[in-house]
Amino acid sequence: MRRNLEYPFTMTKVRKLKAGQTVSLAGRIFTGRDRLHKLLSDGGKSPVDLANGALYHSGPVVIRRDGAWLVRAAGPTTSMRQERYMASVIEQHHVRVIIGKGGMGEGTRLACAKFGCVYLQVVGGAGVVLADTVKQVAGVHFLREFGEAEAMWELVVKGLKAVVTIDAHGRSLHKKVKISSRRALTRVLR
Amino acid sequence: MSRSRWEKNIFELIRRASTDLPMDVQAAIRRALTKEKKGSSAWWALETMLKNADQARKTDAPICQDTGALLFYCGVPVEFDTNALVAETRAAVSKATRLGYLRQNTIDSVSGASYATNVAPASPVFHFQQGARKTVDVRLVMKGGGCENMGCQYSLPNEDLGADRDLEGVRRCVLDAVWQAQGNGCSPGVLGICIGGDRATGYAHSKEQFLRKLSERSPVKILAKLEHRIVQDAAKLGIGPMGLGGRTSLLGVKIDALSRLPASFFVSISYMCWAFRRRGALLGPEGGVNRWLY
Repeated sequence: MRRNLEYPFTMTKVRKLKAGQTVSLAGRIFTGRDRLHKLLSDGGKSPVDLANGALYHSGPVVIRRDGAWLVRAAGPTTSMRQERYMASVIEQHHVRVIIGKGGMGEGTRLACAKFGCVYLQVVGGAGVVLADTVKQVAGVHFLREFGEAEAMWELVVKGLKAVVTIDAHGRSLHKKVKISSRRALTRVLR
Repeated sequence: MSRSRWEKNIFELIRRASTDLPMDVQAAIRRALTKEKKGSSAWWALETMLKNADQARKTDAPICQDTGALLFYCGVPVEFDTNALVAETRAAVSKATRLGYLRQNTIDSVSGASYATNVAPASPVFHFQQGARKTVDVRLVMKGGGCENMGCQYSLPNEDLGADRDLEGVRRCVLDAVWQAQGNGCSPGVLGICIGGDRATGYAHSKEQFLRKLSERSPVKILAKLEHRIVQDAAKLGIGPMGLGGRTSLLGVKIDALSRLPASFFVSISYMCWAFRRRGALLGPEGGVNRWLY
């Protein structure tokens, strides 16, 4: 059963989600990756209010066509690189949803449980399927400073499908797979 | 060199590479799909990959937003003007970036500034090989940063892994690398592996394995056997598509060996994501396309 998750992503909505569930997300989301996370974690000001918002670990391909932005490909980037910054970004900016790929570590899992946030995994490399869910580019920040891939794109999406892999109750599918695959590794190396 | 024709056809090569996933890769993902339970997260991930490949081709859009490092492998006739080919290719890369087939994907490592056209030191990357041939064989592999970050190099023996300087030692390193990568390299991926060489040639040679089709097994029997075994062992880890858990962790493994020094035994591993973009063309002396490859 796929659940609908709509902006604003309030604490109540987020707490209801459980690891393993699939969701269809709609509303406003912001892309952000390496440089943005470093800036926010260092105490830098976000140009937008991220409270009850979603951060998408992605650097899309965006072109200008007929005076408007057009997203050509918008898959996720590896989230684990933000592990060092994520917990403090969740705490300071009250982000409720993180979207990315590959999962995140213990710091993020604990921050999700403590402050009320979920991690959603989308399919890495699926640039076109994800670009298709973008209905509007509502704005862009740090384009000149960070470049196309690192900029903070403000996207309005509809029907963005994802799996909840870290919920707000301390459960992480990534942790589960990591542990079980470690056990299996020991077996195949025996 | 008739400038426009070379540039035009290399641009077309980039466009095809960026938007059209090779058939052998699609077939491998389709096979993986049949092994997963319908409706599971793994099944959904694989189905999305196939849908994405289909849509990218139909809408002429990049398969993945990370259009990657552009690795050009060129086989050229003796006395061929490689500098001219480099210039044509750079022009084609600029054009492909302007038109959105490539992302502005090249960063100045010191200032952090983004290059507008992807033409910069070490971008694109060229490998040339001269030979007794009449045509120019240009192959392009586009390799994204997520999977590139999962590449690694082991120096054997390795105490922690119980890996000696033999093929069993190689197997142990490789499976450790697959475990370390989890879903971060966009699994199910393909591994290019080089046994031997120095640190630089080992990595370079591991990437060259990506020129081989997935169906192409190593001509060295014991290496072909090892390739097969690692795919099966990796599946047993249960990492699955995107690390969501499942029955396929790798689509393929390609191994080759180089000579080494008595003191060194490197195993160099390059990870290629499922969005394995690889295209090639045989070009005539005037830059016309004789045949598309893959």
